[in-house]
Amino acid sequence: METATMLPEVTAAGVIIKAVLILAVIAAIAGFGTYIERKVLAFMQRRLGPQHVGPFGLLQLAADGIKLFTKEDIIPQHANKIIFAVAPVITAATAFIALAAVPVFPDFTIPLLDIYVPSIASDVNVGILFVLGMMAAGLYGPLLAGMAQANKWGIIGSARTAIQFLSYEVVTGLSILAPIMMVGSLSFVDFNNYQADGTWIVVYQPVAFVLFLIAGYAETNRTPFDLLEHEAEIVSGYVTEYSGMRWGLFFIGEYANMITIGVIASIVFLGGYNDFWIFPGWLMIIAKIAFSFFFMLWVRAAWPHIRPDQLMWLCWKVLMPLAVVNVVITGIVMMIVG
Amino acid sequence: MYEFIAFYIFAIATTILFVITVMSKNVLYSMTSLAAGMVLISGFFFLLGADFLGVVQLIVYVGAVMALYAFAMMFFDATKNVKEKHQNPALVFLLGGLMALVFVIMFSAPVIGDNIQALYPIEDGVGNAQAVGMVLFTKYLVPFEVAAVMLLVAMIAGIILAGKKMDYSLTKSEAIDEEMNVELKKGEE
Repeated sequence: METATMLPEVTAAGVIIKAVLILAVIAAIAGFGTYIERKVLAFMQRRLGPQHVGPFGLLQLAADGIKLFTKEDIIPQHANKIIFAVAPVITAATAFIALAAVPVFPDFTIPLLDIYVPSIASDVNVGILFVLGMMAAGLYGPLLAGMAQANKWGIIGSARTAIQFLSYEVVTGLSILAPIMMVGSLSFVDFNNYQADGTWIVVYQPVAFVLFLIAGYAETNRTPFDLLEHEAEIVSGYVTEYSGMRWGLFFIGEYANMITIGVIASIVFLGGYNDFWIFPGWLMIIAKIAFSFFFMLWVRAAWPHIRPDQLMWLCWKVLMPLAVVNVVITGIVMMIVG
Repeated sequence: MYEFIAFYIFAIATTILFVITVMSKNVLYSMTSLAAGMVLISGFFFLLGADFLGVVQLIVYVGAVMALYAFAMMFFDATKNVKEKHQNPALVFLLGGLMALVFVIMFSAPVIGDNIQALYPIEDGVGNAQAVGMVLFTKYLVPFEVAAVMLLVAMIAGIILAGKKMDYSLTKSEAIDEEMNVELKKGEE
């Protein structure tokens, strides 16, 4: 906790306020993200996107919300009811737990009550590993959902979850290992301070950055890696039998994970929340996260789905060797230079 | 005080979850409680201030249990109960109980004898990861390297076992290509 020496003491009330803030803001952004996603995709595919509800279709979000909340909640007859109910909660909960260890908004003090709200809800000094581990645990949501619903499409979806997780977890870990070696710490704050002089780690580690993005898209199962719910092949995969708010929880979890990947990429590779030229740090980090979110939509609009065997080929024969070579070269260069 | 409460919550929850793992006849329940129990065990490490080990516990066991799920998916119908064949339930109960008792005695003996000393206590200013790394590359270097060699052997064995038809692609098999060519030639004729 040596970084918090100059700052006011972090109290329990501050942390609770921070947790509520993260929940409220990220959940709202996740909802708003669906609107942005549809608009951006429509723009890139020369369509109009949502435009009937409210100005520019802005209230589409509210309409979708009403639809989700009032839909009939169906649990299939032969499904395992407890696991079926727990699975969506796992996805959403782990996504938000992962956000507990990343710096999301700048720190501030509530004026009248004099409560200091930290920028990281829980500043564990192994932040990066914690976030990656929690996001990995989040994949139990799709896995259990697919297995509990007594539906063959679901089983295929959960089998794909298992293979995708087991292969891409390796690439995520190896790709982020090279920057960790350079900084020599697992704390997000140290990563941010390392880049305080203005040179971003992406300059030294372009390969690791690309590998991390690819693996990150696979972990958040974004197109082109969304084999888990590939609607053209396996109906909806692990969410086939889900409806209403249970389905909505999967959705919120996925969008929260997209934001988490954006935060990690911004802080580890893209300079974090340091000031840049005339722009203050909080604006820079929001801009970077927003761009990273936009980039995910861009990739989705530009690339087709890939087959499971292509996914495996890409992971084990291309990305993993590249990541290992990158780590070895980083080590040699560090030994010579440092 | 908070640590006290947290410890008992974690302890009770893990015990219940692992009891479900052993007792349940449904493969989905036992796997899920196993995974949840493994995640909760990392809570103990966090309580002790060993953040790094806690996170490692989380990452390693989340992955390992996920592989177990993959096997369960192939062997069992997850929505039905598994019928177990017990030839001699009393013997199984006796042996299992004895094993558990031996383990409890083994691990509680040093606690009762007050013989536990922290050989490498957490130092201020040294991060968790650094401390673990120091110990691994000095005192425990030989076990560490032996474990690495073992993993390497297992990896090579796995590749040899699975690598018989490495070049054979299910979606792009040569046999299918040949069939296609035959069909095309028939069409041309």
